[in-house]
Amino acid sequence: MANDVAIRVTNLSKEFRIGKSRGMFRYKSLRDSMSSAVTAPFRRAASMARGNAYGAAELTETFWALRDVSFEVKQGEAVGVIGRNGAGKSTLLKVLSQITEPSEGMVELHGRVGSLLEVGTGFHPELTGRDNIYLNGAILGMKRAEINRKFDEIVNFAEVEQFIDTPVKHYSSGMYVRLAFAVAAHLEPEILVVDEVLAVGDAAFQKKCLGKMGDVAKGGRTVLFVSHNMAAIQNLCDSAILLEKGKIAFQGRIQEVIQSYFQIQDSDNNVMTDLQVHRHRRPGSEMIFRKLRILGDEGEGNNIRMGGNLRISVSFERDLPIPNIRFGIAIEDAMGQRLLAFSPTLQAPSLISAPVCKGTFDCEIPKIRLLSGTYYITLIIGNGTGDLDRIDRAGQFTVESSDVFGTGFAPRPGHGIYFQEARWRYTDD
Amino acid sequence: MAGGQGGDLGEGVGQRMAVVSEGLGTMEEGAGQGQVKLPVKVLRPSKGWISLKLRDLWEYRELLFFLTWRDIKVRYQQTVLGAAWAILQPLFTMVVFSLFFGRLVGVPSDGVPYPIFSYAALVPWTFFANGLTTSASSIVGSANLIKKVYFPRLVVPISAVLSGGLDFVLAFVVLLGMMVYFAIYPTVNVVWLPFFLLLALVTSLGVGLWFAAMNVQFRDVRYVVPFLVQAWFFATPITYPSSLLPEPWRTLYGLNPMAGVVEGFRWALLNTEPGPGPMVFVSGVVAVFLLVSGAYYFRRMEKTFADVV
Repeated sequence: MANDVAIRVTNLSKEFRIGKSRGMFRYKSLRDSMSSAVTAPFRRAASMARGNAYGAAELTETFWALRDVSFEVKQGEAVGVIGRNGAGKSTLLKVLSQITEPSEGMVELHGRVGSLLEVGTGFHPELTGRDNIYLNGAILGMKRAEINRKFDEIVNFAEVEQFIDTPVKHYSSGMYVRLAFAVAAHLEPEILVVDEVLAVGDAAFQKKCLGKMGDVAKGGRTVLFVSHNMAAIQNLCDSAILLEKGKIAFQGRIQEVIQSYFQIQDSDNNVMTDLQVHRHRRPGSEMIFRKLRILGDEGEGNNIRMGGNLRISVSFERDLPIPNIRFGIAIEDAMGQRLLAFSPTLQAPSLISAPVCKGTFDCEIPKIRLLSGTYYITLIIGNGTGDLDRIDRAGQFTVESSDVFGTGFAPRPGHGIYFQEARWRYTDD
Repeated sequence: MAGGQGGDLGEGVGQRMAVVSEGLGTMEEGAGQGQVKLPVKVLRPSKGWISLKLRDLWEYRELLFFLTWRDIKVRYQQTVLGAAWAILQPLFTMVVFSLFFGRLVGVPSDGVPYPIFSYAALVPWTFFANGLTTSASSIVGSANLIKKVYFPRLVVPISAVLSGGLDFVLAFVVLLGMMVYFAIYPTVNVVWLPFFLLLALVTSLGVGLWFAAMNVQFRDVRYVVPFLVQAWFFATPITYPSSLLPEPWRTLYGLNPMAGVVEGFRWALLNTEPGPGPMVFVSGVVAVFLLVSGAYYFRRMEKTFADVV
């Protein structure tokens, strides 16, 4: 049975057309615009009559959410799908669950597919919990007899016995989500396709959900599971597929894929970060910062050995000269806690004396003492009276564990924030 | 056993990419070995005109039931008068028409009292107009469902039309009451009534399907439908009898399927003469054409719903 294929995807591609929404209104002259305004409805009506789905907007741009994706999932396998936002994960699930059609290629599904792309789809606030269980069950593809059979189990799982005949609009958000998940969790298709739906409810309920999904996977059903929660994926899945820009970047054992996922993230973030357009720039800032480069001992790369050297190099450019330039680099942990600050003002007050327009700061930090983990760099530039440009989390680097004491025992994150050599003495009294 | 399976999987993944290119051979072999033969579904890009997939629709008949039931249950929530609205709408329209057209203008009414003459037409008309309006906006209205779950999309506009059924029944009960009041009793013609109701449903759904599918891409539909319904109302012999027209034209009037429905209702219930036979035939052909073309257009556009809506 383990050799039977449950899902076979062959050269699957999905193309989306992106509307040039402003294109329609960018006319060259009033005359053009007037004639266009008159003829456009007819042209659109004509294209509509031809059955062109996209007649409404003059759509020309396309992009491939999935490109030439092929893989197989065997029956009873639990496969994780990981990748960053926009990698095509959700599109893949939508194609597999028949919500949208593939543009090219083919999918073979051996068995009934149940998809859980969202919990509570079709819940109606005016209807009671009981009514919504039936409605939602039917929407998810359950038969009425099946729902009847599982009704008590669903209500128990959701812990809403008392309120089952209350309209769900009076439910607390926790109850709502629990009920929604409970219905979905009792779906019993041969192939279950699950999107990030486990991120609901409180911690205890999340654990319950994960447990339920684990039962499903162990019960011999095929599960395809998308999540950003690596721990959950690792728990539930045996193998995984890593999507990157619509293509399969890697597939294999879950551990290898997760590793490869982090590597992709790294190789994207290191080397050189362009700061001109940065989503973490403080609103109201001038765009002065240009580039950020993080260098470890082994050249460019944002993986630094614990106790190794770190070099941060930042270039900037401004039309008007900056008098009394103030520059600072702050290092923060994942929680946003500021751990270190470096600034010429602190460490080299006489570095720059005249007003400057453009240049590069090079900060070398010998023997970094941070414990292993991911750290973020915040950049601030000012003129002494205020900040001109500031980017929080402009870049990041990872400190990797290493045997800094030469004892074979490396300090772990639980050991504090930074490591410090110490001399020990012991006296036997 | 689970552990052993886990061990296989790692190696399996490595081979898998190679297996993909081998294609169908492996699949059939696999299916043959399996204890249970699972249904195989193949998804690929559809081209040109596609089938209506009526079997799929039948599979989901329970969803159709639940969606209709939901619409009915929710429709009059938080209204003071509740389902009475289903009666009040056509009833008040009838009163107004009776005053203006019946009394003031003196429109002929095929020998039956004007109030019941217009009400017998308003009952199927209201069913038709509400069905058309709700089904036209049904797909856009359930965008959330369509983007998240698969089911035959036809279920949505069909349930929208069907959910008007209860309103029809309530309004119809009042019609029966009026028949007793005016002492009009139906003849054997009444057996044709379900057919005329079906005709109204088919017309409503046919036009509704066209608009529901168009509405996904062209929100203009939202503005077109109320206008169309209003124009259609006056193009249908509700306030006046079709017998005002001489014969070849009266039959042609059946090109408006609602003309056939309305005259059919009057004939079946109020025994108005002359009977609308040829006219109803024309109406039936047009209605079926609307439904079939609407269903195919809908199915053709369906694949883009989730991406565009």
